[in-house]
Amino acid sequence: MAHFALSPRRFGYRFNVVGMIGFAIILFWALIAIFGPFLTPYPIGEIVDFDYFGAMSSKFWMGTDYLGRDMFSRILMGARYTVGISLAAVMISCVTGVVLGMSAAVIGGWFDTALSRFLDALNSIPSKLFGLVVVAAIGSSIPVLIFTLAVIYTPGCYRFARALAVNINTMDFVTVARARGERIGYLICSEIFPNIVGPVLADFGLRFVFIVLLLSGLSFLGLGVQPPNADWGALVRENIGGLPFGAPAVMFPSLAIASLTISVNLLIDNLPQKIRDRSVV
Amino acid sequence: MNTQILSLVFKRLLVAIVTLLIVSFAVFFATEMLPGDVAEILLGQAATPEAVAGLRTAMHLNDPAILRFIRWLYGLATGDLGISYANNMPISHLIGGRFVNSLKLAAVTALFSVPIALTLGITAAMLRGSLYDRIVTTITIAVISVPEFMVATSAVLIFAVYLKWLPALSFANEVHSFGELLRVFAMPVITLSFVISAQMIRMTRAAVVETLNTPYVEMALLKGASRRRMVLKHALPNALGPIVNAIALSLSYLLGGVIIVETIFNYPGIAKLMVDAVATRDLPLIQTCAMIFCLAYLFLITLADIIAILSNPRLR
Repeated sequence: MAHFALSPRRFGYRFNVVGMIGFAIILFWALIAIFGPFLTPYPIGEIVDFDYFGAMSSKFWMGTDYLGRDMFSRILMGARYTVGISLAAVMISCVTGVVLGMSAAVIGGWFDTALSRFLDALNSIPSKLFGLVVVAAIGSSIPVLIFTLAVIYTPGCYRFARALAVNINTMDFVTVARARGERIGYLICSEIFPNIVGPVLADFGLRFVFIVLLLSGLSFLGLGVQPPNADWGALVRENIGGLPFGAPAVMFPSLAIASLTISVNLLIDNLPQKIRDRSVV
Repeated sequence: MNTQILSLVFKRLLVAIVTLLIVSFAVFFATEMLPGDVAEILLGQAATPEAVAGLRTAMHLNDPAILRFIRWLYGLATGDLGISYANNMPISHLIGGRFVNSLKLAAVTALFSVPIALTLGITAAMLRGSLYDRIVTTITIAVISVPEFMVATSAVLIFAVYLKWLPALSFANEVHSFGELLRVFAMPVITLSFVISAQMIRMTRAAVVETLNTPYVEMALLKGASRRRMVLKHALPNALGPIVNAIALSLSYLLGGVIIVETIFNYPGIAKLMVDAVATRDLPLIQTCAMIFCLAYLFLITLADIIAILSNPRLR
């Protein structure tokens, strides 16, 4: 059998400690995003404290916000918006970008040139500005946000996937497949994609971080998730008035964002070499 | 040899101009294709159909979109920026002073962050793998992976709330003395410098590390040159191109940061103007501000590419 001629491949990946910590924090926030609404100690929209910008206490773990609502509950609920919207957007942008990138690399010619030129032009609009303009024109709602974030990050995904696919495309097994007369769809799905999937997944993580940051930035400017709902960026915006008193209501949402983005970065940086550099092998 | 450089630079400029056209097309249509009619929005709900029709003709809204796009582009090129919907002032009036304010902020930030970032980036690359390098790298990654507003709020917490050196969020719009000027600029500049420096340190470090891995630096090491001589005489002159390229690229991050910073500190710059315009849906103003931002961004990344071309010794 041909299998045995190849070098034996060990299954299972070994993660180091830092990567595991990153993964654990991501898993924690993912679970919160799913089960958050069942865990909130107080109703989300209800004013439960007479004091606004209350300090941390055993009753209100993360203090209270500018209206006296429980911050802990609002952050648990905000996870759903931040993680959900970002995940949906990164899915759309990565799938579109990778499919277009692989097609461009395989088809080549004017299709590649025109698409690359167009997406590069889109890439040269600063991302925050793009979000501002679109939201100004169409207005902010969750589908619009997801779509806008996806469009903003598609060119980056496209570039990354295309660069990888162009390298694979020149390899002998692709030339052989072409000579066999395989269709473009087969080339993309069976020859190119399996060879770029590792780096693409790592890129997926980084892109997720960018999207979380941009979404938080837009929400902070008041253009993201609209009240009464609030993601973590919007929570910072609502409570910015408490900043001069050092209110916990300003700090905890920021810390939540930071813990999520930093742990994704840590996980990606400490991914096993096997996943990251499949293209090199 | 020189004609090759010239043609490469020329090609890059051509790409920039084509990109600018596509970008302006995107900006125009993103804002023009909004649901709802501009004339109806302007006149409000009580407007008669005749008044709406009259305004539509007066504003050329019945023309095909492509014609309006060309007219708008021509207006931009000749300096006729149109009139703001919100307060009927010519946009060039609204923008003038604000633009200078934003430029001042950017200049002061660059003045602060470039030397600091270069020093940190180059020394970190020289002492690669040491504790110092690891601390610098970890901090830069941490700053890069948190939102800009968190850097801003942390700066306020540290400098205003705990240390009480600077006022928190209140800013006077009129500056009378040098001390006041310093106070107005301090917070925004500190925040922006952190964001920009983190990017710049990362890129500079990568550029120098790459040069230190080349065979000629290894040769210098083998012939017994001191570490100092190796870096300053052999590596740095060759890394200069990539470093300047990194500076130009990281300065383009200013544009994203400035939007957040001007909003949070209430700084009277062009980004604040644009965010306010978004709140009132003042489309001509948004279009113009967006074009200024895109132009600045495009200028910086084109400049970075051209420096990369010019500094490539193989083309000389």
